[in-house]
Amino acid sequence: MSFAKLTVSAVAIAAVSATAAAARDQIQIAGSSTVLPYATIVAEAFGENFDYPTPVVEGGGSGAGRKKLCEGVGENTIDIANSSSRIKQSDIDTCKANGVNDIMEVRIGYDGIVFASDIDGNEFAFTPADWFNALSAEVLKDGELVANPNTNWNQVNADLPDQEILAFIPGTKHGTREVFDEKVIEAGCEASGAAEAFKAAGKEDGCTTLRTDGVSVDIDGDYTETLARLDANKNAIGVFGLSFYENNTDKLRVATMDGITPSTESIASGEYPVSRPLFFYVKNAHLGVIPGLQEYIEFFVSDEIAGKNGPLAEYGLVSDPELAKTQEMVKNQTPMGTLN
Amino acid sequence: MTDATAEGPRPARAHHGSLLVKDARTKARNAAETRFRLYGAIAVGIAVVALVGLLSSILYNGASAFRQTFITLNVYLDPDVLDKNGNRNVEEISKVSTFGYAPLIEAAFETAFENPEIGIEGVTASDAEDLISKEAAAQLRRYVLANPGEIGQTVEFEFLANGRIDGYYKGRVTMQSAERDSNVSPEQLQLADQLKAAGLLSTHFNWDFLTLADASENRPEAAGLGVAIIGSLYMMLVVLVLSLPIGVATSIYLEEFAPKNWFTDIIEVNIANLAAVPSIVFGILGLAIFINFAGLPQSAPIVGGLVLTLMTLPTIIIATRASLKAVPPSIRDAALGVGASKMQSVFHHVLPLAMPGILTGTIIGLAQALGETAPLLLIGMVAFVRDFPAAPPEGLFDPAAALPVQVYNWTQRADPAFTERASGAIIVLLVFLLFMNAVAILLRRRFERRW
Repeated sequence: MSFAKLTVSAVAIAAVSATAAAARDQIQIAGSSTVLPYATIVAEAFGENFDYPTPVVEGGGSGAGRKKLCEGVGENTIDIANSSSRIKQSDIDTCKANGVNDIMEVRIGYDGIVFASDIDGNEFAFTPADWFNALSAEVLKDGELVANPNTNWNQVNADLPDQEILAFIPGTKHGTREVFDEKVIEAGCEASGAAEAFKAAGKEDGCTTLRTDGVSVDIDGDYTETLARLDANKNAIGVFGLSFYENNTDKLRVATMDGITPSTESIASGEYPVSRPLFFYVKNAHLGVIPGLQEYIEFFVSDEIAGKNGPLAEYGLVSDPELAKTQEMVKNQTPMGTLN
Repeated sequence: MTDATAEGPRPARAHHGSLLVKDARTKARNAAETRFRLYGAIAVGIAVVALVGLLSSILYNGASAFRQTFITLNVYLDPDVLDKNGNRNVEEISKVSTFGYAPLIEAAFETAFENPEIGIEGVTASDAEDLISKEAAAQLRRYVLANPGEIGQTVEFEFLANGRIDGYYKGRVTMQSAERDSNVSPEQLQLADQLKAAGLLSTHFNWDFLTLADASENRPEAAGLGVAIIGSLYMMLVVLVLSLPIGVATSIYLEEFAPKNWFTDIIEVNIANLAAVPSIVFGILGLAIFINFAGLPQSAPIVGGLVLTLMTLPTIIIATRASLKAVPPSIRDAALGVGASKMQSVFHHVLPLAMPGILTGTIIGLAQALGETAPLLLIGMVAFVRDFPAAPPEGLFDPAAALPVQVYNWTQRADPAFTERASGAIIVLLVFLLFMNAVAILLRRRFERRW
């Protein structure tokens, strides 16, 4: 019995003393799984080249990362939140309520979203309107809104192959889905003229309501799951990040969008329409408290990492043409202003 | 009686062998038994097929993770690049980042191309550099910082080959797939074949898989399980140190000393229920209590260990109580009868006899905790950790990964080379579990007493 008591009290003492003494010396990062590979590449290089410990990087999703960032100031809260979409006003309000006042918004570059099918399958040249007409719950037919009757791609657009429509799109918890909805489905909705019809009919979310008859499948896992599903369904089309596609070009055939093939160049020039900026958010109150935090951020946006020929671009990140501005901002530790 | 039956009229012999004549009921009963045996055999068969299928798929995918392709190169440690001032001051040398070391490897290929047997048209030294892992620059830099005196010399290094080249020798990458692959070209594979013919490239057992830390997606070939193995060991240490004494003390008290009333009944029911609680619930509890309330660090093995302790305790308590119950009451009575106190009878006689059961229960509980991922998701252990934690006790508070978490992380990565490593990690995890179960069996055999 005394042995048990001894152990319990020893652990209690250890726990208490550790809380008092634990000056955390490594940076802690959490958030978007899209930014995660980039963050790990930078963290690894940072650990190799600096005398600071390698930062600990967690995934978990953009929203979860921002929520963790806004939990408060202190060593048991994270320093940086990776995010594949911009921070929301609600996040900023939560942050303020928890005493996290100054946040620095760092844009690291752009990510393209590509549509790809099995390497041995048909070739596709899409427009956003094709995707809207293929996946929307209701489409415009002869001026009337009707339940989506299309079953094959050539019914959507005569130029597309006669292949059954089956799409694996990211689930709603992914930041990628937001971009897909906005840049593809909503854009297609506008282009096909259905947006006006929805407005006239008073259906506010008409554009983004997708069909639920099994033609469009939400994937809640990662791109590896989408790839595995494509492997099992050779007729399907999947939605991937550009970097994932670039690492699996031997298995995937990429489709063009509006006639443009996705590549880091076409995304950087803005020709390829489906792209989005990637960010990370830094808790300014931790700068100078957590050793190496300032150095890590500066290292991340430096030309040799985030520039055109850096390892991030090699992995599939589209480097930011305005990187110099970001470097300047990071150097001055300028917190972000209000969201516009 | 026996005479009477012996003298009874004999039934006509229908056939040789048994004298028993089966009536319809007996036949039906025998048939039912045969069917039942068949069902049993089918069930065992299905289980065996599933197990063999699973194991062989894991072994097929993962065995190659333990072998890795290496390329040997003579690198000239150019003083003009590494130490411009020529004073061999480590601080100044460390200013050269890993990016500065890449040209040295390129130059090493230029030298290698001087060999007439090596070189493919259209493959420049810069393309050839892609044959080598991105880890190589870091390896060079570490070497130079450790041996600044070697600057200016030509040193032979064995570098990891790039994941695609490694995949070529493991059958994952072929000439056909390389044509479509944006990360490797068929010419680079041909060059790799030439290097192999020249004895500069070889595939052999790779201890690094067990000792190195995780690596980023740019260098799957350098990813290892070191940090995960240490993290898992630390967590098991915490679980063992906490759950064994607490669990055994609880069981002894409940089984031997506690009065039987409604209160102890409620405790017993709750322990049984706790054993069935989904493990993710313990993760939520751990996040709320250990991290948010107690302020323990995130991603630390101590928190993981505490959470897994909570999860393992019911298992250990139930196993311990069962083995205490199995000790015959006569042992207790005999001890009490010769004048031992209640506590003496428990600690001198009952507990030693119950030990094999307790140890087995504990080890099974630990093995269960070792493979658990869900509760670790919430306490920040599903993370990219590259630094090895320090020695305990401080190391328990440093960030670390865990084996099942590493499997989970690797299956999510884009590069196909990580699939092989995830299966390799599963093999390591299975070996650990097998080892623990073997120890459990051994202890049980060794300490078992029969009456």
